[in-house]
Amino acid sequence: MSDFFGPDFVQLSLTPMLIGVLAAIACALPGNFLLLRRQALIGDAISHVVLPGVVVAFLLTGAVESLPMMLGAAAAALVAVGLIEAVKRLGRIDAGSAMGVVFTSMFAAGVLLLEQSDTSAVHLDVEHALMGNLESLIWFAADDWSSLLDPEALAALPPELPRIAIVAALIAALTLIFWRPLALATFDDGFARAMGVPTTLLSIGLTSTAAVAAVAAFDAVGSIIVIAMFICPPATARLTTDRLSAQVAWSVVYAALSAILGYILAGYGPLWLGGAHAVSAAGMIAAVSGVMLAIACLFSQKTPAPIG
Amino acid sequence: MTPATLELAFDHNRSWDTAPDPAQAPALSVGSLTATYDDKPAVFSVDAAFPAGRMSAIIGPNGAGKSTLLKAALGLIHTLSGAVAVFGEPMKTARRRVAYVPQRASVDWDFPTRVIDVVMMGLYRDLGLLGFIRQSHRDAARACLERVGMADFAERQIGQLSGGQQQRVFLARALAQGADLYLLDEPFAGVDAATERAIIKVLKSLKDEGKSVVVVHHDLATVTDYFDYVLMIATRKIVEGPITEVFTAENLQATYGGRLAEAHIDQLRLHSA
Repeated sequence: MSDFFGPDFVQLSLTPMLIGVLAAIACALPGNFLLLRRQALIGDAISHVVLPGVVVAFLLTGAVESLPMMLGAAAAALVAVGLIEAVKRLGRIDAGSAMGVVFTSMFAAGVLLLEQSDTSAVHLDVEHALMGNLESLIWFAADDWSSLLDPEALAALPPELPRIAIVAALIAALTLIFWRPLALATFDDGFARAMGVPTTLLSIGLTSTAAVAAVAAFDAVGSIIVIAMFICPPATARLTTDRLSAQVAWSVVYAALSAILGYILAGYGPLWLGGAHAVSAAGMIAAVSGVMLAIACLFSQKTPAPIG
Repeated sequence: MTPATLELAFDHNRSWDTAPDPAQAPALSVGSLTATYDDKPAVFSVDAAFPAGRMSAIIGPNGAGKSTLLKAALGLIHTLSGAVAVFGEPMKTARRRVAYVPQRASVDWDFPTRVIDVVMMGLYRDLGLLGFIRQSHRDAARACLERVGMADFAERQIGQLSGGQQQRVFLARALAQGADLYLLDEPFAGVDAATERAIIKVLKSLKDEGKSVVVVHHDLATVTDYFDYVLMIATRKIVEGPITEVFTAENLQATYGGRLAEAHIDQLRLHSA
């Protein structure tokens, strides 16, 4: 461990870890409400459907630039939300099946587009889409901890960091502002609507927020981590508390913990075990969050409701 | 007062009986309400006017559209046609005066929240998005729990409650809304006798305060004990009116399509028409 927190830490590990933590939190926050609404797969769906959007944005602009990719992914997410509603209503099938149909089709379309187009010159391929490139988000301009106070070094931060920080802050703010109606409508939609709460609008807002989180996280960390972070930290927190505010707070802790532990384990775990190469950080972060959920399942204090 | 206004005030030719008086408007009225459930008409062209300050029941066989009528009146489900008024006002502007108690089974009782938090949901209109929760709000919520006999359960996780206790918490949440009209969907379904007594006591006290209550009800044996007014439906309206006038064997047979045994009807302590 000593070499991990050595002088290279700020340059090599600090920014990827922060990006991982912020991406995890941005996904976990809306994930709590999606989970309680039994719509956790919406996050899954969104993280899949952004792929064709990103590829189309690349084909149109010819460059891997963040803004067009974000816009393309956001557009794809919106198309998917509309398609899911359309399939649900026109096909008269339940939401889960509609999502299944739409997200696998769009992800497949994205993979096909990716294979058919010449993206070999840039860092955009199927593997990148799944795993992201967390390890490469290095802060080259940094020397050590003092760089945190150096304006020149700060200006050269990987652009992914401020972007995901803004998104995470925005999602945290939205969660706080709309906490009451969101909790109310999530618990009892009929009662909320009878009170005049615009529950349809809230539902669309929640889905859109999840889409923004997925898109922002996708670029840096790939879709595997996005899927895991929508579900695992909230589900782990759900098993460890019986209050909504505590659940959301713990989900943030578990998300951050998964990201930090996952990043360290990916970088050093194989070396500790005698291996020569690090493994994918995004994959390890997702795996750690899954292990945490499994542990919570084993040790959950929740007992069946007593009668009386 | 000038002679002219005196003259106007004592205009004996004016028909006072038919003059519109907002205080006398029905608590809830629906006009030619048609709504579907799973694409089948559940409520077809129902007109009804539940009087203010009374306890009214909506009765009918299973699938007669009782709950659908309530939900359609509240705008929770799509209606094909119909007008709804609360104390003579459109529902849109009168929502503040309406409290709704949904069916207990309509929510997930494993939701991570405590009893007191559920009651506080009834204060949402007062609190708004970011309004600060004051001690007065907490006291109000506790008083509502007290009223339904659940004060000792305030800090409990809602999943730990029995069905009857859950129903009382739902009633407490409606009380917290401080409404004038209370719409309850099957509040006595699957609850213990103590809960039924507690709920009816609260509803009767609401009536004594001049509030109006409309209940979707399934137990014919208690209709005459609990209610003043009844609407009988079987998709279409069969009849509505004061219990003493319309709760008759003929109307019940028409509502339940002859499915009630004569012996059963005799037991209902019927008022003869």
